[in-house]
Amino acid sequence: MSVRLSEVKQGHSAVIERVGGSGALRRRILEMGMLKGVRVHVEKYAPLKDPIELIVRGMHISLRVEEAAEIIVDDIQ
Amino acid sequence: MKNPHMAHRVLTIALAGNPNSGKTTIFNALTGTRQKVGNWPGVTVEKKEGVIQWRGHTLKIVDLPGTYSLTPFSIEEIVARNFILDDRPDVVIDIIDTSNLERSLYLATQLRELDCKVVFALNMMDLATARGAKIDAPKLSELLDVPVVQTVGNRQQGIDELLSAAVDLALSDKDVPQKRKVRYNQEVEKAIEALQQVLDAQMEDALPYHPRWTAIKLIENDTIVQERVAALAGERGAALLAAARKQRDYLSDRFNDEPEIVTTDERYGFISGIIKEVLTTTTIQRVDISRAIDLVLTNRFVGMPIFFFFIWAMFQLTFTLGQYPQVVIEEGFGLLAAGMGYLLPDGLLKELVLDGIIQGVGTVAVFLPNILILFFCIALFEDTGYMARAAFLMDKIMHLVGLHGKSFIPMLMGFGCNVPAIMATRTLESQKDRILTILITPFMSCSAKLPVYTILAGAFFGAKAGTVIFAIYLIGIVFSIATGRLFRSVLFRGADAPFVMELPPYRIPMLKSLTIHMWDRSKIFIKRMGGVILIGSVVVWGLANFPRPTEIQERHAVDQARIEDRFVAQSAVQTGEEEQDALETWRSDALADLERRTQATQAEQSLLGRLGHGMAPFFAPIGVDWRGGIALLSGFVAKEIVVSTLGVLYAITDDEQSTEQALRGALRASGMTGLSAMAMMVFVLLYMPCVATVAAIRRETGSIKWMMFSIVYSTGMAWLMALIIYQGGRLLGLG
Repeated sequence: MSVRLSEVKQGHSAVIERVGGSGALRRRILEMGMLKGVRVHVEKYAPLKDPIELIVRGMHISLRVEEAAEIIVDDIQ
Repeated sequence: MKNPHMAHRVLTIALAGNPNSGKTTIFNALTGTRQKVGNWPGVTVEKKEGVIQWRGHTLKIVDLPGTYSLTPFSIEEIVARNFILDDRPDVVIDIIDTSNLERSLYLATQLRELDCKVVFALNMMDLATARGAKIDAPKLSELLDVPVVQTVGNRQQGIDELLSAAVDLALSDKDVPQKRKVRYNQEVEKAIEALQQVLDAQMEDALPYHPRWTAIKLIENDTIVQERVAALAGERGAALLAAARKQRDYLSDRFNDEPEIVTTDERYGFISGIIKEVLTTTTIQRVDISRAIDLVLTNRFVGMPIFFFFIWAMFQLTFTLGQYPQVVIEEGFGLLAAGMGYLLPDGLLKELVLDGIIQGVGTVAVFLPNILILFFCIALFEDTGYMARAAFLMDKIMHLVGLHGKSFIPMLMGFGCNVPAIMATRTLESQKDRILTILITPFMSCSAKLPVYTILAGAFFGAKAGTVIFAIYLIGIVFSIATGRLFRSVLFRGADAPFVMELPPYRIPMLKSLTIHMWDRSKIFIKRMGGVILIGSVVVWGLANFPRPTEIQERHAVDQARIEDRFVAQSAVQTGEEEQDALETWRSDALADLERRTQATQAEQSLLGRLGHGMAPFFAPIGVDWRGGIALLSGFVAKEIVVSTLGVLYAITDDEQSTEQALRGALRASGMTGLSAMAMMVFVLLYMPCVATVAAIRRETGSIKWMMFSIVYSTGMAWLMALIIYQGGRLLGLG
């Protein structure tokens, strides 16, 4: 099921389908290895619900909710 | 000498690598020089160099900023790339975090695309092995046609082999291998080739960089390369850029995406091919300690309380533990003053040494323990990796101000010293964020301002001094947030910078690295004590002591004689033992009082006094008298000097009490009230930063305009706030 990465619950995993957004943000997300077909695990939300901590390729990366909303994923739990 | 060519050339070796790849540790191992090691992504913001002698070669090792990529996305990336492109190091060592091979190779493939000689250092192999990863180093070397050396930086392993490989490659006549670079898909390759032909035809040999690389970058819409090519090409520039745009448009259309996205994707594809061949991961899933720690430290419920506890603990440690060595330092300076007083003959020199130098430097030196402890705590945050978590926890709040979570770190460091804090803003990727953070960081009360609060709050608020000082710090924080919001909506409108940030694994800090860290920063403070503050104290002493009208000395002598006469006359009449004692006390009190009054008169008529009186109309509305005004002016040299200037102006020469207590007494006697002390503290909190900070602002914003803006805004706001507090308080009948 295609959803925004920001909609994926804590503890779920998802596969990236498309990275939206533009400019520096999109570029940086892709350069960190968050490409189409890559599996992302939503590790946790920060205490104030923003940003999100993700595990991608064994590395912990944090993204803001509004940035994660640009990434369309397939939620596979 | 057999081979003079070899021995005399200085070989430049650049170190490149991702943040947290252990690059700084390798740099330290190579050069042995002292340098900051941290876990916060991008801690190596400055270009650091070290020249070493190695087997008859002179090697210049340059530590490039840690980057994930070589696209000109952040200042670090631009710095690193420009160094490789323009300074042309003889060889680049790419430090690869073996436990994070895939991402490390992204930078590695970009380095291979540049026209430079590269050696790979497979670092932190121990960590990778512990995670169950096995890497075939010879295979990796073969696949990318690059020498590969295995290292464990923090245990000094493989360092010699690394240097040996780097020097061999640097001295070899072998060209940079053109094969084994990333190959893109057919369409992209065709576009690159077509553009390369145009470049070759138009520019011939005038092209500054490797033609294939230049073509790729132009297709990727790399603004820096575009500008350089355009500048070099002159009239042909427009045609070249048009040719690039044509290929770009074609690819965008073909792939329905920007070409730079396609190339990024292709690079990762190329890397995953390599990974398949060199990396074997065993299925043992070990407990991830770092992840377990984060279950607590960034926990939804306890994460924030723990964070605030850490900050609170840091301040407690700084200010309570720091008190003990303070006593020792104070006594040391007391002994020094006594010794010098004994050695030197009475006269101007003695006054200069005792009242100018020892007094001035001494009042500042007592704060060294606080500063050491504070910097130690910040180093601990950085080296463990907690700083990145602090940014993670605080981003939501910082984002409300329109700032990045990373801005929290410079602002936190601002509590120590604004100079390194402003330098730390280089970790921010957007220029807007950087300037904004630089402008609001000085409102975070730096440690040098603490002496001023300690004196003023101690003199007027007694047991509540701690609370008052805490309130001052809080006002600073609130003020910087308000300023941030204001500037964000007026001066820096537009989208925020992306917050993509790595949370590096926690690491056990090495004591050596912590102390180097702490020492490097404290050195700035100590150097200032020996330099700016020493000079400042002497200058202020000079201004306060000259000119010396003879009338003052004459009147002093007359008054002194009168006291002595009266003492002699009285003691002839009153012969009782108790009466004699009382008389003795009266005499010494009267003499001390006279001495103080004379000095105060001297100070008032001095150059400094006149300046202070001239500035009085500016300071009067905020409840600060001419002495306070002078002290505040001298604070531009360094904030700590405010205290020592007050010491000189109030002519503190009491040997029995500590200077601090004597100054507090003098302040209370001067007619200052709790309210005016509060106004003065707020003024000190907010007004223009010290000269070193101003210089840092100028350097980091790259403009005098922002520097002037910062000075004017902060001083104006300081005056306004102090005015509101003082006049408002008076209306309410306080003080």
